[in-house]
Amino acid sequence: MGYSLDFGWLADATGAITRGAATTVLLIAVTTLAGTFLSILGAAGRRNGPLLLKRAIGVYVEIIRNTPFLVQLFFIFFGLPSIGIRFDPLLAAMLAMTLNMAAYTTEIVGAGLDAVPRGQTEAALALGLRPRQVFVKIVLPQALKVIYPALTSQIIIMMLESAVVSQIAVRELTYEADMLQARTFRAFETYFVVTIVYLVLSMGLRRLLVSGGRRALGAGVS
Amino acid sequence: MIEFTFWDIVRNLLLAARWTVLLSLAAFVGGGVVGMVVLFLRIAKNKWARRLASGYIALFQGTPLLMQLFLMFFGLPMLGLRIEPWTAAALGLTFFASAYLAEIWRGGVDALPRGQWDAGASLGLHYLQELRLIILPQAFSITRAPTVGFLVQLIKSTALTSIIGFEELVRTSNAINNATFEPFTVYGLVALIFFVMCFPLTQYARSLGTTGD
Repeated sequence: MGYSLDFGWLADATGAITRGAATTVLLIAVTTLAGTFLSILGAAGRRNGPLLLKRAIGVYVEIIRNTPFLVQLFFIFFGLPSIGIRFDPLLAAMLAMTLNMAAYTTEIVGAGLDAVPRGQTEAALALGLRPRQVFVKIVLPQALKVIYPALTSQIIIMMLESAVVSQIAVRELTYEADMLQARTFRAFETYFVVTIVYLVLSMGLRRLLVSGGRRALGAGVS
Repeated sequence: MIEFTFWDIVRNLLLAARWTVLLSLAAFVGGGVVGMVVLFLRIAKNKWARRLASGYIALFQGTPLLMQLFLMFFGLPMLGLRIEPWTAAALGLTFFASAYLAEIWRGGVDALPRGQWDAGASLGLHYLQELRLIILPQAFSITRAPTVGFLVQLIKSTALTSIIGFEELVRTSNAINNATFEPFTVYGLVALIFFVMCFPLTQYARSLGTTGD
């Protein structure tokens, strides 16, 4: 066994790793905002929309939840152009991640909406608020508070899953790692370092979300 | 160039799906066995054993599965083991599954009332007997839904092993797509095959109570 670990390449690689990590953070930031917004619409539509919309949302959720993210990504990036819908890699990745996350968070947000007592809606209506105001100002904030921990976990799972978008040449953290190891021939060390970076990102993201959530939603958020 | 009819595509994908099923089963069984060991450490009386198991779980739940597979694929040869994609895939997914299953089952153990342990002790059972006869059967039974939910997640996760070169459903579909230039049909069919495998399990998990993935 003559193999010895060598991290000498690391000094020249910090730029690439930082750039990759920044792209990963950008991806998850966009996905979190767009995915949460979409899932609020989805959950509300699934409860109050017309029958056809309810069905469509149900089908969408089941399809996404029961197929691998990698296949969804390939379908969007490679499959859709053959019917004339074309995205560049970054956009395809953002779309795939958003659609994937929204399917999971639609269920989560829905559970939160169900957890808000009916009396809250009735009281707000009795005070003369319009139905949309009732939803946005009364029901939704309470629901978000209930589901915030579950939402946080889902965001972190999505961040880890985003490693896969390197497969369509989005220049995020894993893609940079692939490039680095092809150049340095130090595959294990490269992926080891990048794995640590992911670990730091996921722990940092969790901490940020928990403290941010506490500030925005008040006490009682864990 | 070889001509592929629609049925050729379907046939080849279904043949490749056998490997997806096999890998899922191997990882689920292997992950269950290793997960039991991690569970024992996680609920042990020794503080350091518990810390070790928490660290193990946090490590696998805090890093991308793709990185775990890469480290397995490139790391094991450094220990002098000749490794095929199949071995790296099965081992990587086994460790991945063990961390998640241990955490799910620990939730079940924690959910049991303290009195169950006390009752076992008062009957004169020692620690392992308590676990085997009283605690674990109940913990498994109340965590059946999230366990099945995780199996769904595991089946979907096998798709990543295509990236380290294991010839399962997705890798085969990439090859077929390169030969046929029909990505819409090919990846649509792959999604359908995964759906057919996962949806019944999802429904089963749902029928057991709270969904767990």
